Parts: sequence; C-alpha cells; structure tokens
Amino acid sequence: MNKKDLGLLLLILAVGAVVAVLNPRFLLPINISNTSNLVGLFGLSAIGQAFVIITGGIELSVGSMIALVGVLFVDFIASEGVPWPVALGLMLVLGVLVGLAHGFLITKVKLQPFVVTLCGLLIYRGVARFYTQDATAGFGFGQDFPLLDGLTTGKVYGVPASVIALAIVAGAMWVVLHRSVFGRYLYAVGKNEEAARYSGIRTDRIVISAYVICQVLTVLSAIYFAMYTRSIAPASHGNFYELYAIAAAVLGGFSLQGGEGSLIGVILGVILLQELQNLVNLLGIPSSLNFAVMGGVILIGVTMDQQWGAFMARRLRTRAARAGSTARPDVAKNSG
Amino acid sequence: MQTARQPADPQAAPFLILEDIRKSYPGVLALDQFSMSVRPGEVIGIVGENGAGKSTLMKVFGGIVAPDSGTITIDGIARPALTVAESMAGGIAFVHQELNLFDNLDVAANVFIGREPRKGGWLNIVDTRKQRAMVAPLLKRIGANFAPDTPMLSLSLAQRQMVEIAKALSVKARLVILDEPTSSLPLAETDKLLDIIAGLKADGIAVIFISHRLHEIERAADRVVALRDGRLAGTLQKHEITHDRMVKLMIGRALKAQVAEAAPQPGPVMLKVRGVRTSAHPSKPVDLDLHRGEILGLAGLVGAGRTELACALFGVDPMLAGALEMDGVPLKLRSTAQAVERGIFLVPEDRKATGLVLDMSIVENISLPDLPAHSRLMMVSGQMEGEAARRQQGELDIRAARLTVATKSLSGGNQQKVVLAKWLAMAPKVMILDEPTRGIDVGAKAEIYRLMRRLAEAGVAVLMISSDMEEVIGVSDRIAVMHEGAISGILTPGDFSEENVLLLAVGKTASKRAAS
Repeated sequence: MNKKDLGLLLLILAVGAVVAVLNPRFLLPINISNTSNLVGLFGLSAIGQAFVIITGGIELSVGSMIALVGVLFVDFIASEGVPWPVALGLMLVLGVLVGLAHGFLITKVKLQPFVVTLCGLLIYRGVARFYTQDATAGFGFGQDFPLLDGLTTGKVYGVPASVIALAIVAGAMWVVLHRSVFGRYLYAVGKNEEAARYSGIRTDRIVISAYVICQVLTVLSAIYFAMYTRSIAPASHGNFYELYAIAAAVLGGFSLQGGEGSLIGVILGVILLQELQNLVNLLGIPSSLNFAVMGGVILIGVTMDQQWGAFMARRLRTRAARAGSTARPDVAKNSG
Repeated sequence: MQTARQPADPQAAPFLILEDIRKSYPGVLALDQFSMSVRPGEVIGIVGENGAGKSTLMKVFGGIVAPDSGTITIDGIARPALTVAESMAGGIAFVHQELNLFDNLDVAANVFIGREPRKGGWLNIVDTRKQRAMVAPLLKRIGANFAPDTPMLSLSLAQRQMVEIAKALSVKARLVILDEPTSSLPLAETDKLLDIIAGLKADGIAVIFISHRLHEIERAADRVVALRDGRLAGTLQKHEITHDRMVKLMIGRALKAQVAEAAPQPGPVMLKVRGVRTSAHPSKPVDLDLHRGEILGLAGLVGAGRTELACALFGVDPMLAGALEMDGVPLKLRSTAQAVERGIFLVPEDRKATGLVLDMSIVENISLPDLPAHSRLMMVSGQMEGEAARRQQGELDIRAARLTVATKSLSGGNQQKVVLAKWLAMAPKVMILDEPTRGIDVGAKAEIYRLMRRLAEAGVAVLMISSDMEEVIGVSDRIAVMHEGAISGILTPGDFSEENVLLLAVGKTASKRAAS
C-alpha cells in the first residue's frame, strides 16, 4: 500500500468517525452490511474501468451495459427458461464480444476511446429499452433460484456475497495488475505506448485485453446488480454507473492520461464514494444534493492530492539541498 | 552601440561581461568562478561535456537563473542577476535546441508571436499584412528561400531554425545564442547555418554557438570557451582552435583514439533488403545488405528516408513493398514484436519518445522487451529482472544512484545506455542504431562506439544511422548514403571522405572509384 492509498484510507476512517458521531446508526450492522454490499456491486465494475484507465482510455458504456445485461439476463432466466449458468455464460460471451469490438475500433480503426464508448453508451441503452419495449424486466411471484440468489445476494457469516465476490476478483486482479507480465505491459502502454511498441510489445493486444477485462467485470457486476434490484427498468437502470467507476478511480489516484493507479486505490475510491452516499442519507441531507456532495468531495480530494504532491516535491528538494546529495525529487515518486 | 556592417573588431569593447559567476544547485556546483565577455560581432563557441554547466550558463544569460554571486554587466551597468526582461532589453536572443514554434501558424506569425502588430483600435486585430511585410526583409537578410506566409508545418528543420533566427533579429538582437543548432542538421543545411552566422557577425551581432560538433565550432568560432565541471577550463583564440585542443580542455585529458581500428573481414550477409519502399519516398526502392560483423554507416540528409527505412526493418510501419531475407530465410514483419523475436533491434532516434518509458525505472525499462524471460508462470520476478539490470549496469557503466530510479532523471548519455541495455540483455542479430550519439557528451560517445564495435566483433550486423560526419567516417566499416529515399552510393574505407559522403548525399556521384 503506497502513501496515497494510506492517505485515502485515513480519509475514509475520518469521514466514518465523523458520521458515526453525528449519527450512531452508521455503525449498525445492517447499515454496514448494506453499504458494503453496494461497495461490492460498484467495485466490480470500477476494477474493470481501472484497467481501461491505466491504458489511457475510458469506458463510458458501463452503465448501459449494466442495463442491457440486466434485462437480458433476467428475461432469459425468468421468462425464457434458460438455465441461469447458461445465461451467465452467454452474458460473459457478450461482454467479451463488446470488449473486443471496443478494443478493435480503438486500436485498429484508431477511433478515440471516448467516442467509441460514448456510442456504446447510447447503443446499449437503446437496445436494452427496445428489448423490453421499455417495460421493466423482473421476476414473477415465487420465482427463485436458490443457488444464484445465494451466490449474489446471500450472506456468509453476515458478509454480503457481493463483498466476497469483490474480494476474490480484487485479489486476482491485483496479481494481474501488479505482479504479472501483462500488468507491467499495461502500465508501459499507459505511460508511453510508442516506447512500449518500440520494445516489441504488441500494444494493440494489451489495449484490447483491457477493454475485454473491463466488459467481463461489468457483466459480472451487472448480474449482481440485477439480482440485487430484482427488477430492471431499462431506461434508468445503471444510469451514470460508468461515472461512479471513473470517479472511484480518480479518487484512488488514477490519472486519466494513463499509466498510474493501483488496485487498492480504486477499491478505496469505491468505498469512499459509498460512504459519502451513506453520509448523505444518514445526516439528513436532501438526497437531491447527492451528486453535488460527491462532486464536491472528489474535487476537494483531487485538489488536496495535487497540492500535497507539490508540497512533498518541494520538501524533497529542500531536504536534498540540506543533505547536499544529488537526489532529485522526481525519483522518489516512482516507487508506486 | 554598434553600427550596422561593423566588422568584428577584436579591439572593440565588450558590451556584455560576466564576472565570477557562481551558481549551485542542491549537491551540484553548476558554475564556479566563471567569467567571460562578449564583444560585438564576435562568434564564440562554447564547448563542454554534458553537465559541464552550459545550460546553467545559458539560463544566466537569459535571466531565468539568478547566480548565487558574481556580476553581469551590460553596457556598463552591473547587476547581480538579470531578469528575463533585462536580458531581452540587452539584446540577448535565443535559438533553442528544441524549437519553440507553432506548427499551426505561418512564418510571420511565429516571428511576431506575442508581439503582433495590431490594428482596429479596441478590436485589437492582428495586422497580418503588416506582420508579413515586416518579416520579409528579415528572411531576406538570412537568405531564407521561403515566404512569410508559409505555413510552419511545411518547413524543414533547417528552415525552422531560420525562423527562430529571424525572430531573434526582429527584436534587434545584439547577441544570438544558438543552443546545439546543428545537432539535427546534416551537411548542406549546416553549411547554410554557418553562412547565416557569418552574416550576423558581419552585421556586428555577436553569436554564441553551443555544439557537440567540434568541427563546426572549429569552422565558425572566433574564440572558444571551454567549460568543465562548472569552471572555465580554458579559452582558445581563433588560431588556437583545433579539435584536439577543444577535446583536451573539455575532458581534461586527450581522448584516446575513439575510433576503433579497421574491422576484420565482414561475414556473410545477415539481412538482405530488396526493393523496400517506405511511405517517405514511395517511389524509391532500397536494396541493402547487412553483413555479420560489420558496422554499416547510413548517411544522408534529414528527410532522405533513413529513419523510415530503419522503422521498416524493425516492423514499426509496414513497408509498402519489398522483401527481407534473414540468414537466407524470407522474413515478413508485421509488428515490432516479430522483429524482436527474430533478433532485429532498434535504438530509435528519439530516446525520450520511443526509446524509453521515462516514468519507469531503469530495471523496468531494461526488462521490458524480454519480460517473459524475467518471469515465472507469467509473473514478473523482481529478482531476475534486477539481476539482469545489474549485469547491464556493470557492462555499460550506467551511472545512477539506484536502478529503481525513473529513467527520466538520468542524463542523456545514461538514458541512451539504458536503451542499449534493453537490447544487449537479449541476443541481437541485427542492431539498428538511429543517431545513437545525438546530444551525448564525448565520453559516453566513445563508449557507445566501443560497444558497437564489440557487437560487430560478436557477429552482429550493425546499421548505424548518423548525421555526424566524423562519426560516420570514423566508426563505419562501409558507408551507405541515401538521397531522397534511394541509396545513392556505398563507400568502402578507401573512399571515405566528408566530400564523398556529401556528394552522394546531395545526389551526385562520389569522386574516385566510389561504387554504388
């Protein structure tokens, strides 16, 4: 865990302490369980977004995909009688295909990620609405899928299944991002795609893989969301969820230019965002101010981080001056 | 002070004097007890290895850095430091190594950027016509063959430099400081620049000329000021200026023969290039043979298509047509990855943009092309890549506090060594080096030459692209010269001369028995 992540963790604890003092209900098991369930749901898609952001790209279609996968999955298992493991498999295949398509358009056709995924945002939302004729997809009375429900909305010793899923995915993705050859390539491509290519790396494949990973994790989170809400209104389900994911990554120390950020950082970003949501509810702030609070906190957080970085750089310089060494401030930053 | 057309007069009083300038940075004494003066119409060459204090000195001139102590006197007014405004008012103008020009504007707009003539009262509209009219005589004065309304985008590097010089003239400069002006200009353009310098001198304008290319300083300078470790290492007057004496002053000792002895017999053909066309000159096919154990120099003017050829051989850009054969086996390259798999490596021209991931550490950069070899089960092994990097650090004498520092904190020479280390850690068969010593100090240059020779001796086919005459002639076993996309001739050691390379580079045939 680097210093940035540690700072974020302290911020989470500080905000939590303040909220707990102002409204002790914050610490009730039911509240913690609900909030952590949301962390699990949003965390899955945020990790996917993180992979894309590291390459210097962006994935705006997340919310629409969550709606599309939601209506398809629920319709398949509730109305069409498709066994849920098959439906899950189909959805994952859909995620892979969408990721491949986005990656292909970005690397081979050389469209900008913002444009490609913005079109995705519009298209998948439209398809989702068309599929149900704007009707809400949901389960019938008495319809249940014990194993699927257990895996998605159940609890193990009070811990929501979504949190366990997030922990497993985060653990695996931490290894991929911070230990594997692919992860190193991902950072190299994000920091300097040309230099990576001149080192013999197939940079297009790396970028495409990032979009595929993002979509697969988005599908996974879509299924958790679907099972959690149980009814999906295709016009509104998942609206803005891509922005939650992007906000979490930015809070977690990611640069939208690519090449920077850690897995722990994005998870902490998700936790902080959900904590803020919870804060709005618990402190009786009008819920219409929800977004305004989040936006304000992100802005303050990012500004403070920026100023802190500048301050540390200055301090390193003066310290180096005193020590009379030739150390340069930009050296220390690289150990993340 | 001076009137126009005043010839350089060694007796004329200096208008700019630096005395006992001292400037230290944390841990480094960048300038120490440094004094120099500038007379009207004088061309001063400043030489020194990287880190000798040249850039700090320039910043003192420009008012960007305030010295810790010492005085700067302009026209008899002594100050402890200059501000940028005082520097400009004193008539000091810079032509930077990295040109500060706007591609989307025309020449006249670039010359007057920030000082545009206005019209239309409060509407404050740029008077484009007046601007162009004002720039035309400046361009004429330096012999530029392009019009004031030429878009910047369509100018060559040399022409861009002329725009910078016109900019300096437009502010009525009395001292023009040229920072490495020829480092990216080969041959003919360099001559033109030296002519322009002579013209400025004839107008009574002083010129400070910083360059690693000593023979140009030899030709142009009236006086040479050598810096070493922030101190004045010595001054050479016109008649004393020789290549060897400059080198001696710069490094404090005479440089041993930096050029290796004649190569052994070259081996069989390693890479056969037949009919390769690139996007730079689609109509010109290139044939070339790279032999094992040979350093083939590739000379030519900027824009001759040398870098494009190198990129084609490394699989960066698909070649439009043509065939490659490696060790007798046909080779098709669709990506750099395929080139790397076959042992064809490129040290690119722009090490910051394409040679290194500057934000990554030395270790990470060195292991990048061969990461799977430094990993177990596709997990990177910090221990394995660290060991490999330490080996390369020893081999190449990469100077850094730690191997985990970001490569952006290294000097140019050490950065270049890291780029080389990336490839040396693997097994090169064909090593292409594009301007491998550009902007690198004399000591590191010699090391890179030795390294190329060692590679050749180990049976590697080395292709060295260079715009530096001394380097091409001193290092190559054969020299291929390109002109507008085609190989205009290949020289063997008996025919090596600056004249022959130059003739071929401009599309004429070499004298004597130069074959093609």
